[in-house]
Amino acid sequence: MTGIAIVAVYAGLFVAAMIVVGLLTRNRARTGIDSVKTVTFGDESAVRPNRWASVISVVVLFLIWGAFTGSKLVPIHVPGPFVGDTSFTYTAENAEGQRDEATVTVRVVPLGSDEDEPEVPEGDGFAKNDVASLAVYRSQIIRVEANDEGADAEGFRVVAVDGQPLDGLGEGDSIQLADGVINLTRRGSLNFVPDRGVQMQPLYLPSPERVWQALTETASDGYRNFTLLEHLGYSLFRVLAGFALGALVGIPLGYAMGLSDWFRGWFDPIVEFMRPVPPLALIPLVIIWFGIDETGKVVLLFLAALWIMAIGARAGVSGVNITKVHAAYSLGASKWQILRHVIIPNSLPEIFTAARVAMGVCWGTVVAAELVAANVGAGMMITAASKFQQTYIVVMGIILIGVIGFGIDILMRKLEGWLVPWKGRS
Amino acid sequence: MTDTGLIIDGVSMRFDLPNGSHVQALKDVSLRLGQGELMSVLGPSGCGKTTLLNILAGFLAPTEGRIVLNGHDVKGPDAERGMVFQQGALFEWMNVRDNVEFGPRMAGVPVAERRRTSDRLLEITGLKDFKDKMVFELSGGMQQRVALARCLANEPDVILMDEPLGALDALTREKMQGLVLELWKETGKTIILITHSVEEALLLGERLLVMAPRPGRIHKEYRLPFAEMGVGADLRTVKKDPEFARTRDEILNMIWEMEEEIMGRTEDA
Repeated sequence: MTGIAIVAVYAGLFVAAMIVVGLLTRNRARTGIDSVKTVTFGDESAVRPNRWASVISVVVLFLIWGAFTGSKLVPIHVPGPFVGDTSFTYTAENAEGQRDEATVTVRVVPLGSDEDEPEVPEGDGFAKNDVASLAVYRSQIIRVEANDEGADAEGFRVVAVDGQPLDGLGEGDSIQLADGVINLTRRGSLNFVPDRGVQMQPLYLPSPERVWQALTETASDGYRNFTLLEHLGYSLFRVLAGFALGALVGIPLGYAMGLSDWFRGWFDPIVEFMRPVPPLALIPLVIIWFGIDETGKVVLLFLAALWIMAIGARAGVSGVNITKVHAAYSLGASKWQILRHVIIPNSLPEIFTAARVAMGVCWGTVVAAELVAANVGAGMMITAASKFQQTYIVVMGIILIGVIGFGIDILMRKLEGWLVPWKGRS
Repeated sequence: MTDTGLIIDGVSMRFDLPNGSHVQALKDVSLRLGQGELMSVLGPSGCGKTTLLNILAGFLAPTEGRIVLNGHDVKGPDAERGMVFQQGALFEWMNVRDNVEFGPRMAGVPVAERRRTSDRLLEITGLKDFKDKMVFELSGGMQQRVALARCLANEPDVILMDEPLGALDALTREKMQGLVLELWKETGKTIILITHSVEEALLLGERLLVMAPRPGRIHKEYRLPFAEMGVGADLRTVKKDPEFARTRDEILNMIWEMEEEIMGRTEDA
């Protein structure tokens, strides 16, 4: 139910932001060629990401995160768990059939605080007032009759809570109170559960400031003998080393497969067989062969990058327009010169596409490999943290892994635009 | 002297297809072209004119016959036979000047010398102001100028043109036709030009070869004055010549009949 509500709210924010931004920017003159296009629906080239939408989207994600974790950075929160003092009354009936009412005062304290019980007067009558104290998100069975006079006698019973009669209620039934709920146990005891609200417990989702705190802590003090930079640096080093080796072997292999029938015949079965095997499936074998040290990781990433780069280079060679090769021969170029001046530059766009894919796969694979076994690395950091229920470190790690992966791709695209300006222009 | 010029000696080309049948693309084509001659080749699609050009360039080896250029057999592609393609043959990763200098650079010509060559050719082809542009920044007509200059920079004996102006718009095409004639006169190269346009074939051929399909063969050869007339003159004036119009109609009818015949044959089959 909560899930549906969240999706509905999110959809509402999406539409509301679209309408508001649309109204606000309605009168702003658009510039460039797209401003005079009347047909934009179906013209993919006219669809540019709306920068407002991107910014609002990120802000909304952050707001929802904060609202559901009780963040102090966010003004609006969904109802949180009940904290503080609350009370309810109960009515007891003794063996003689007399009834008396008493109050139970419950103090709910934040996690980790001292659970000092409130002090209340005993009250008059045979039913005495009770106190209880518990931490947030916990529940407690309150034995209200424990201090009552004549509670040992046959026939003594609690007949109502907050005026709501217990007659006919059994196990599993509950009574709604102002700040919580009473569940009846099998023996008829009262189990008080304070309101939990709809916020996430920090164990499931820590607040943004807790994650930020985890970031500054791990950055300065480190986590498990390594600083944050070392964790990320090791992962990045493994990716770069594995990718570099994979490219170093894969690109010449791809060229050879594109240029020689013997190479093509020899390596086709191997490449075509290895290509659909996900690198993750190789992790056990690589660990058995090379152990959990750097060698194993680099070999795994080498294998992840190798086939992608080989296939990219092979596609690059087959993508060379034959008229360019003919033209070069007619201009007197030798085979070697054709490779150097025609085939290699012409295949660069394909190589770059493959390199972007390979970097993405390598980054994913290194995290997975570190999840399985490692002493240091981004993946190791988040598995270790999950075992100790340090969800804030897990969330921080996931965010950093995403940011770095995104950064790598942006860098590759910039490099591509700089080195291969003719891509898609021939 | 019998040693100079280009000799096509009894060339046949048969392609074996995977299904066991075969296609006779060329049958017993013989021809002799003197140094500095300008010949255009016309014919309906499937008459083997592109195959003939590929054999001349050395990209295909004929199943029968041989090609002799200046006394030696043609065995494969070589810088002595330059090619100008319809499009897509320029190197996008180089600027205009590097494209033009490609041949001399591969041959190891010193920088200063190939700079002189490219400067001269860029001037002639009207590309002087575009020499530092990347080729993908140029229009189609400009790109073909680069292709011409690149071919000429290599000083080939024979220039083979495979519909070099086919992808251009009518106006640009007319300008380029003038340029081809100018370059021909200036450099004295032997030029063979394949085209689909009868007008272009008439304008750019001292000799005009009409080829017939199935099997590809020489149907008729003309010797025409229009190329000489066109050098340095307005090509539109040449086109108004009554002889030009008469020859054009004759060739159009000839090709029309061939096409009709092909259509008829496929309908029977």
